[in-house]
Amino acid sequence: MSLIEIRQAAFRHSGSPVLTNVDFRIDSGEIVTVVGPNGSGKSTLLRGIIGALSPSQGSVVRAEGLRIGYVPQKLHIDPTLPMTVRRFLSLPEKVADDVAEQALERAGAGKLIDRQMAGLSGGQFQRVLLARALLSDPQLLILDEATQGLDQPGSAAFYRQIEDLRRSMGCAVLMVSHELHVVMAASDRVICLNGHICCEGAPEHVASAPEYRALFGSGTQGALALYRHEHNHTHGDGCGHEHDRQTEAAP
Amino acid sequence: MSFLDDFLVRAALAGLGVALAAAPLGCFVVWRRMAYFGDATAHASILGVALALALDLPVFGGVLLVALLMAVTVSAVTGRGYGMDTMLGVMAHSALAFGLVAVSFVPGVRIDLMAYLFGDILAVSKYDLMVIWGGSAMVLGLLWWRWNALLTATLNPDLAYAAGIDPRREQLVLTLALALVVAVAIKVVGVLLIAAMLIIPAATARPFASTPERMTLAAGAVGGVSALGGLQISFSADLPTGPAIVCLAAVLFVLSNLGKALIGR
Repeated sequence: MSLIEIRQAAFRHSGSPVLTNVDFRIDSGEIVTVVGPNGSGKSTLLRGIIGALSPSQGSVVRAEGLRIGYVPQKLHIDPTLPMTVRRFLSLPEKVADDVAEQALERAGAGKLIDRQMAGLSGGQFQRVLLARALLSDPQLLILDEATQGLDQPGSAAFYRQIEDLRRSMGCAVLMVSHELHVVMAASDRVICLNGHICCEGAPEHVASAPEYRALFGSGTQGALALYRHEHNHTHGDGCGHEHDRQTEAAP
Repeated sequence: MSFLDDFLVRAALAGLGVALAAAPLGCFVVWRRMAYFGDATAHASILGVALALALDLPVFGGVLLVALLMAVTVSAVTGRGYGMDTMLGVMAHSALAFGLVAVSFVPGVRIDLMAYLFGDILAVSKYDLMVIWGGSAMVLGLLWWRWNALLTATLNPDLAYAAGIDPRREQLVLTLALALVVAVAIKVVGVLLIAAMLIIPAATARPFASTPERMTLAAGAVGGVSALGGLQISFSADLPTGPAIVCLAAVLFVLSNLGKALIGR
């Protein structure tokens, strides 16, 4: 049974259509990555999945009693709000000390429990967010550009942690990222998004799909050179239409 | 008959009642950067005073109604072409102006406008006291009930959604609490100084607090000390009471920050 199943859904953001024709599902234990240029609707899709946004068409079905752990893109904590890591973990549900400590340990943030949130480094902060997401023993862990602002070793270490967690806890992972090469290597399935689902499948398949190349092929040489060398063949079974190159530059 | 017959006792209880409700709400006002929002709601409430007097209704009811309308309208209109601060500026000051004009139309009564602008804590009646403590209890109850949800929504709206909390609903809870505090505080510190009772105790508590709860408790203590101390000072030095309360809170704010600068870092 799928954890989340989206059928023929469309999503709007302040009145204008952002995503159309979305069919999506994620099963237990899967790692799925969503990639796409800025403004392609990645965050909108996640918001639709966590329930912050209702589809204007179609349906979003969550499994009965689905436990979601959500790691937001960035969390700005106002400096006027005092907040220790321990207190943060008890929001909104109070958790016992040993549960909090265990979650921090799992997320690789064991020693931070008494620190102020505002005083943490970027990497420490993301690990605390991850620990909080693990508290509910989630069946589905959702990460929205969770490594934004981390350097490469930092984000690589973070993703290793995610893979370990998937192995030990058996939860499905859904993530959005720009760091294509790091993320895609760890994924079971990749979804390439640009206002709709352009193509999806195994990482190697998507990386070499013409639709994906049309979106990311030029202008992002650094990140994608890797794939261009490894997979220099093309598949002919894409969705068969051209993408407006301008979307790449869209904010 | 009872100790409530002493006007000073009534004043002290009124000040304490307002301070205890304003402090925790003030923390949210500070955390969510709603300071101007609180100010605007308070200013607009003078229109409520005018309407209540004109229609011969209780002032508390009139103020509550206008404060609520103001807060809900601003929440609803914001983001449609104007920034929040612009909308607040337009609505708060026009409501204040309309209120002042409307007051001049109230026939036959020469109402003491100063009493509503700056408060008249020494004239608090037993009935006022009942209204103040009733309103404060409702505000505290509301905040107690929604506490964790409010904190989560304050941290991040999407975090709240993922936990099954609707941040818009929590915003409405705060708006309601704000209108209630404005309505009960008008008698004590007046329209112009309500925002001070919200913000200054919370800001004073910030440097020494490590969790939201401690900040709230400390803010309550600062507010209570300011109310009682301000009343004491105003009585012995013959100063206007509302401003004296706010002055004392401001002095505590300076001391708190000086203390932090000397101890910490």
